[in-house]
Amino acid sequence: MTATQDRPAAEIGKDRRRKEDQRLITGRTRWTDNITLPGMLHLAMVRSPFAHANITSIDTEAAKASPNVVAVLSGKDFGEELGACINAWPITPDQKTPAHSPMPADRVAFAGEIVAVVVARTAAEARDAAELVDVEYDELPAVVGIKNALKDEVLAHPDLGTNKSALWVFDSGEAGTGTDAEAAITEARANGIVIEREYRQQRLIPAFMEPRSVVVDPTSEQMTMWSATQIPHILRFALAATTGVPESKIRVIAPDVGGGFGGKLQATPEEWIAWAVARRLAKPVKYTETRSESLMAAHHGRDQVQTLTLAADKDGKVTGLKVHLDADLGSYVAIVGGGVPVLGAFMFNAIYKFPAYRFECQTVLTNTTFTDAYRGAGRPEATYAIERLMDELAAEVGVDPLEIRERNWITHEEFPFTTVAGLEYDTGNYEAATAKAKASFGYDELRREQAERRERGDRVQLGIGVSTFTEMCGLAPSRVLGSLDYGAGGWESASVRLTPLGKVEVVTGASAHGQGHETAFSQIVADRLGVPFEDVEVLHGDTQVAPKGLDTYGSRSLVVGGEALVKAVDKVIDKAKVLAAHLLEANADDLDYADGRFTVRGTDQGKAIQELATATFAGHDYPEGMELSLDADATYDPVNFNYPHGTHLCAMEVDTETGAVKMRKYTCCDDIGTIINPLIVAGQVHGGLVQGIAQALWEEAVHDEAGTLVSGSFVDYLLPTSADTISFDVVHTDEPSICTTNTLGTKGVGEAGTIASTPAVVNAVVDAVRHLGVNDVQMPCTPERVWRAIHANDGDAPTPADAMPHFQEGSLNQDEGAGA
Amino acid sequence: MIPVKFDYLAPTSVEEALSALGEHGDEAKILAGGQSLLPVLRMRLNAPEVVIDLGGISSLRGIRDDGDAIVIGAMTTHHDVRDHELVKEHVLLISKAAAEVADSQIRHRGTFGGALAHADPAGDLGAPALALGAQFVIAGAGGTRTVEADDFFVDLFETAIGDDEILTEVRIPKHTGWGAHYEKFVRVAHQWPIVAVAATVKGSIDEAKIGLTNMGSTPLRARATEAALAGASATEDGVRAAAEQAAEGTNPPSDLNGAADYRQHLARVLTGRAVLKAAGV
Amino acid sequence: MTKIELTVDGAAVSDDVEPRMLLVQYLREKLGKTGTVIGCDTSNCGACTVHLDGTSVKSCNVLAVQASGRTVTTIEGLADTAEGDLHPVQEAFRECHGLQCGFCTPGMVMQAVDLLGENPNPTEEEVRLGMEGNLCRCTGYHNIVKSVLHAAETQGAKA
Repeated sequence: MTATQDRPAAEIGKDRRRKEDQRLITGRTRWTDNITLPGMLHLAMVRSPFAHANITSIDTEAAKASPNVVAVLSGKDFGEELGACINAWPITPDQKTPAHSPMPADRVAFAGEIVAVVVARTAAEARDAAELVDVEYDELPAVVGIKNALKDEVLAHPDLGTNKSALWVFDSGEAGTGTDAEAAITEARANGIVIEREYRQQRLIPAFMEPRSVVVDPTSEQMTMWSATQIPHILRFALAATTGVPESKIRVIAPDVGGGFGGKLQATPEEWIAWAVARRLAKPVKYTETRSESLMAAHHGRDQVQTLTLAADKDGKVTGLKVHLDADLGSYVAIVGGGVPVLGAFMFNAIYKFPAYRFECQTVLTNTTFTDAYRGAGRPEATYAIERLMDELAAEVGVDPLEIRERNWITHEEFPFTTVAGLEYDTGNYEAATAKAKASFGYDELRREQAERRERGDRVQLGIGVSTFTEMCGLAPSRVLGSLDYGAGGWESASVRLTPLGKVEVVTGASAHGQGHETAFSQIVADRLGVPFEDVEVLHGDTQVAPKGLDTYGSRSLVVGGEALVKAVDKVIDKAKVLAAHLLEANADDLDYADGRFTVRGTDQGKAIQELATATFAGHDYPEGMELSLDADATYDPVNFNYPHGTHLCAMEVDTETGAVKMRKYTCCDDIGTIINPLIVAGQVHGGLVQGIAQALWEEAVHDEAGTLVSGSFVDYLLPTSADTISFDVVHTDEPSICTTNTLGTKGVGEAGTIASTPAVVNAVVDAVRHLGVNDVQMPCTPERVWRAIHANDGDAPTPADAMPHFQEGSLNQDEGAGA
Repeated sequence: MIPVKFDYLAPTSVEEALSALGEHGDEAKILAGGQSLLPVLRMRLNAPEVVIDLGGISSLRGIRDDGDAIVIGAMTTHHDVRDHELVKEHVLLISKAAAEVADSQIRHRGTFGGALAHADPAGDLGAPALALGAQFVIAGAGGTRTVEADDFFVDLFETAIGDDEILTEVRIPKHTGWGAHYEKFVRVAHQWPIVAVAATVKGSIDEAKIGLTNMGSTPLRARATEAALAGASATEDGVRAAAEQAAEGTNPPSDLNGAADYRQHLARVLTGRAVLKAAGV
Repeated sequence: MTKIELTVDGAAVSDDVEPRMLLVQYLREKLGKTGTVIGCDTSNCGACTVHLDGTSVKSCNVLAVQASGRTVTTIEGLADTAEGDLHPVQEAFRECHGLQCGFCTPGMVMQAVDLLGENPNPTEEEVRLGMEGNLCRCTGYHNIVKSVLHAAETQGAKA
């Protein structure tokens, strides 16, 4: 009896428990900070307390004399071997990009920037000595906040002459994908409806649970870096490109990585400094950040001011949309940096048939922590803006928010559909997702209850929020990325090989950090190759094991990396077929392959793939001209993005006395094409939802006027707990819209929950109190903001003049952070 | 991150602890449950040369009935205070507030006396201790003295405990049969209270005692509201009207979680709610 | 240096440590118990949760010297994993997909064991409140709560 006969019929679609979990639930883990090497030294960073200052002197004598200190080094102790932190996506040819040294010798540009590194025999002694490094600064004026930066009065980098980094524009009239947005707005001002709003995407911190950590071992021929990163392959490339060490001498390993959410998609100063110190001292080194350091110096996300103009006819049919973004890059243009808001450019039109669209994005530099990708990266911001606007339009027209969407969305018969932003959506069914979500949510009943509470004037009011989102994910077609001046491609690589005893090793260039690739990829290979799920071993996250890859971000691993796997498996089957035909003394054309076994049609003769693997290993009997292996590599470059979508419905209770908000129910119906593992998909959705909900309700990174991060610990940067969240109602359409641009029919799901949920929650909060004269509450919707919004017009809750120094007055429709 | 180096002393009696404190004075820091102290040391916001751990002094732990008062040893954990039958029967407000301190793990380590001596105005135990008229027993070289709650809380993180003294126990007058409620307002569960109100009432309502958390540099009494409630009947309208005076004399902070005027508004609303719940309305 | 002697995951250990060493650092650096991890410096995240004399504590908020003479159980000592055994709570986290990246998981599991010890049949709300001292960034807590409730059921069934 062969193993294949024990294999269940189909792995794809099965809620397999994860292979990863046995280790993780028993503490048998290999986080970077767990790694200890003989002779390893420990680093502590000396960071600037000032947001902007010239470094006038650094006295390291006392630190060097501290017990067990090996070296104290600052920027001037290094030359070009220190390398540089790169920007891989200059969004315009004339983008202003300040030089970004991992450890500048002359001037710091944000509070938390590293000015010196202490190397000692223990981490504690390194920290002790770091306190003794005496740095003298000549403080410079700091620019904090987008609106301050735009004034160009105080400059984040004086040598650039301006804070404005780049202006990126898309205009459907000019691109030929639609008509002129300005004309539509002019027309609507005369004969229709114009909604004008300013929305603030507050600054967020990815706040992965595992703080970043890096170990560098220079003691073998290839220098090895272990890092808590999402992007081992990109790190290897960037280290080689900037430090002068050939790629062939660099090995980067991402061992167990504790979450990333975009926050570990970076080439960090800490990694570069650890690399340089290890090279200099020829000893292994380790640096693990504290949570405070992580919040202060690991990149932040979001941080935009969105100025929006939506034009519609009197029935609420949208005729044009104009978007102007001002986006805060922070102190440097980080690896993706200004590209993040540009990723949103194609998504403001969302699921709708807008005839005219104009998008402008102005990026600015400030003296704050640099910003970059955070879960969704550009698309949550776009989705928030349009889904909030559609609710405002519904209120203006006086119809249900779902009705206004239906009047504007692409109907399922209209796919494939080329949008006003120029993307071709292959499949989707917004009607089906909405119908299923409404039914599961109990939409009509909740609307009735809302009406009753309003009628009674209840202290606690009920609001219902809608978000009908789509996103472009599966980053990305390499040619498209090239056309956007992105510095890399979007392909993914896979290898499949059979071991002599018939197990299957799968190598992927994706780099999981909690997603469950080992399980889902095993399911794909088990089905495609016809082998037991348990016999598939997925290898990843080490550039010597998986030499080619573009890593994990942008909901790409399954839809791009999974497709590469399929192609590699198919090549293995093709190779095996030649050997099978030889051994079975049959014509290859007479062989069928199913359940891991070649059979000669019309006979009971056959060979299992495992037998062929063993035969290949032995090499005793094989056909002339056959390469003696069943291994195959494949690289897949997608032809299009893919476009998951869904309808999210949220019910929020608002205590009108205190402004406190409480989630009552949350239903989402996501259409993500073929589902490989429903258990993993549900987990991705739940986690995504809470990150999006957290933006709506709790999280905000706040810098004070001097550029110091006020929300610098988990005491002040408020992550929700189990006690603050609810259980979610997650459903899917009965007949998913299968993706037509990959074999598996899958669409990305890693970011969907985050992209969709934020506007659903804020729409619900606003809906609960709209009858009290509220049409917006700035995020996060703190009780205080909700309370002030309710009482904005009755004098009960005056806006305090200077009680909250991080807020300024004088905004379009809300209070605004200093970050604005 | 790791604290700066310090010497560690683990006395096994109050006398030993006092003598250690006398010897090291300003350079020493008392470690009770450590749940507030250790984060401070780890962030290197404080760098004592000596840490004196009271964990080995068994006489500081425990809860006893002392006639007209319940006496809680300073080193009794929040978890034990919350669940103790004597506390629930005679000073229910303390049990309710202890249940709201931080989280389960912190309540297993954090101590009643340590939290009160730390005197964080956002701490959950100051307001109920103040409202119940607790007496603080403080040991020093010259013997013990007892300080009334009104005199105990001096300022932000400052109490009547001298540098060479140790809080040994807290006597809380019995309020047997009084209803109680601790109304805590937070944005996320693991947060310090933005505002909280500790209310305990006799009958409905013969007498009310109300403490406010995080409405000034120390816990405060809402005395005007207490006066308005005494002898009033516990109707929703009556209680809410009395609660309108709850913010009188308060001076709350303004920070990311709320401006002072918003906190004063919250104090009024939450006082009404706390009293109504305490009265069982 | 101060000499400490304690029992960790069933084994007697003794070491000279600096008084400033945190229990979590002692577990990780001296004993190699790297299953217990550090996620913050303000005792908010709970990733370092272990049992000290049978109750859950945050081991970043306890000095190693304070654990002397006492018994510590970490995620690595919860079941005889060398024999392939899992504690019912560990099994429930696997069954209900109560983890993704797994970094918060040791702390979550240890706190859940404590919670169920005190309240073997919790409601969903009691679970949510009982786990409030542990942060997770991946799961949105949905499946963690489900895991704890599932563990309560299976433990009840075995009892």
